[in-house]
Amino acid sequence: MTFDIAMTGFVALYIFMLAAFAGWVIIGNVPAILHTPLMSGSNFVHGIVVVGGLYALFNASTPLEQAIGFFAVLLGAGNAAGGYAVTDRMLAMFKTSETKPKAAHAHARVHHLKKS
Amino acid sequence: MLTLVSQFVISGADLGAAFLFMFGLKRMSSPATAPSGIRLAGLGMVAAVLASFLYLLTIDAAARPHMMVNVGLAVTALLIGGVGAWLVGRKVAMTAMPQMVAIYNGMGGGAAGSIAAVELFGGHTHGATQLIVTLLGGLIGAVSLSGSVIAWAKLDGVLKKPLRVKGQQFANAAVMVATLAVAGVIVASALGVGGLWLTAPTWIWIFFGCALVFGVLMTLPIGGADMPVVISIYNAFTGLAVGLEGFVLQNPALMIAGMVVGAAGLLLTVIMAKAMNRSIANVLFTNFGTEAKAKPGAIKGSERPTEASDAAIKMRYASSVIIIPGYGLAAAHAQQKLYEFVKLLLAAKVSVKFAIHPVAGRMPGQMDVLLAEAGVPYDMIFQLDDINDDFAATDVALVIGANDVVNPAARTDKSSPIFGMPILNADRARQIYVIKRGQGKGYSGIVNALFYSPNCNMVYGDAQAVLVKMIEAVRGLGAAAA
Repeated sequence: MTFDIAMTGFVALYIFMLAAFAGWVIIGNVPAILHTPLMSGSNFVHGIVVVGGLYALFNASTPLEQAIGFFAVLLGAGNAAGGYAVTDRMLAMFKTSETKPKAAHAHARVHHLKKS
Repeated sequence: MLTLVSQFVISGADLGAAFLFMFGLKRMSSPATAPSGIRLAGLGMVAAVLASFLYLLTIDAAARPHMMVNVGLAVTALLIGGVGAWLVGRKVAMTAMPQMVAIYNGMGGGAAGSIAAVELFGGHTHGATQLIVTLLGGLIGAVSLSGSVIAWAKLDGVLKKPLRVKGQQFANAAVMVATLAVAGVIVASALGVGGLWLTAPTWIWIFFGCALVFGVLMTLPIGGADMPVVISIYNAFTGLAVGLEGFVLQNPALMIAGMVVGAAGLLLTVIMAKAMNRSIANVLFTNFGTEAKAKPGAIKGSERPTEASDAAIKMRYASSVIIIPGYGLAAAHAQQKLYEFVKLLLAAKVSVKFAIHPVAGRMPGQMDVLLAEAGVPYDMIFQLDDINDDFAATDVALVIGANDVVNPAARTDKSSPIFGMPILNADRARQIYVIKRGQGKGYSGIVNALFYSPNCNMVYGDAQAVLVKMIEAVRGLGAAAA
């Protein structure tokens, strides 16, 4: 028994096709208000390329391959970590009128309620 | 046995990551569930990265003597890249988000291109299909890297003007053909057809060099106003490159994640292009602004200026106000002041809504993020299709730092370069106020017919200074009443 994954061209095309459809439908449901976090979030998702970079680097046997592999992991890690950091930050900012906004705004809010 | 277990763990972690990515993106369908979505996706990423260290148990025999060095390099790269980008991402200003997304995007493309390079230099590919896919992924990744760097430079203001020379499109096509020809040579020599003239690694260097140059050439002539579309396209490109390299490495997680992002980028590109009423080819291959010579003779009358305090008081006693913010608001750092003013209006029982045009800001949805950052609740923010019918029943439309997105010429003037672009119907409100730095044209250099309409008044000045005056005027009323 083995867990090796061997994909021929056509199986790969099936995966590509299904993933593209799923992506199109899922992304189509994201409201326009979240398009910036969506873009940085999908940016983060392609940061998975770092895994491919690690694979390439681990299998590198010449200094040139090692250098390029290092570069791949460096860029991939930057892509993933940076994409996550900005997306998480942006999404934390979206609040409704009902939820009590935190810190700075909480004060202003109380003020405004008293007035009205 | 150990090999089997490691294979199982890696495949399982990758499968889990692919699921969490899809599920995380799915949760982005509402601002309420979105934060948990990105956290889940992040969890998947961490699991996949940790599991990939198990690759060490099954590496090539040739790489085994270098294992310790490679692990050291990997950990160093993960730490420098990850921690560095994390720290920058934590403190970058929200207004700088487009260039930040561009640079992360370029990094992803560069990583995909680098993987292709390692596979090519190491001769790890088997068969023509794999070789061609590697080259294609490498090409797209490299174009995405250099193109994103140029996009970053433009958005960051390092490059001020679009660079256009005669015959540029011809040069671009020539570089593209050259890149494909070099790829053809690499494939032909791998199949044993035809001679090489140069060594194989030299051809690979030339291939990546050409691809990088093409990315630069392709992005340089595109104008600043079109950058949102360009970022979306490169997002799709990087996704595609990652997906293709995923096939080369026989890793379905990369294939799925890459393809999902590719589709997402394509969809956003289509949405943006539609919002500007232009085809994607038009954005990429023609130069906006060069032929934009509108005939100002068509517009009669003059702009009518008014005082900030008068406008503020009018809004205070209106029953409904719709605010149309544009990038000028963010450029003046006036979002906080705007929300302060809005809170005063809300306290006076005025109904206030924000209307966002799809191309407001420098990337899709940026205006929404900037308002959210200022504390505006997202249930007050409406998109073009949801609010456009409300303008006719609205007392006041307040336009701040926006121009082309409210230009009625887009509906009526066939000679206008923005004709056919969907616009916010601000002109249908009973009264319109426009806060603007001064007389003159917008970002795209087109005269705005709205400013000359009889129910429109202009409030000249820096958005922040004007809003401070407006806040004072409304507060003054409250004090007088009390």
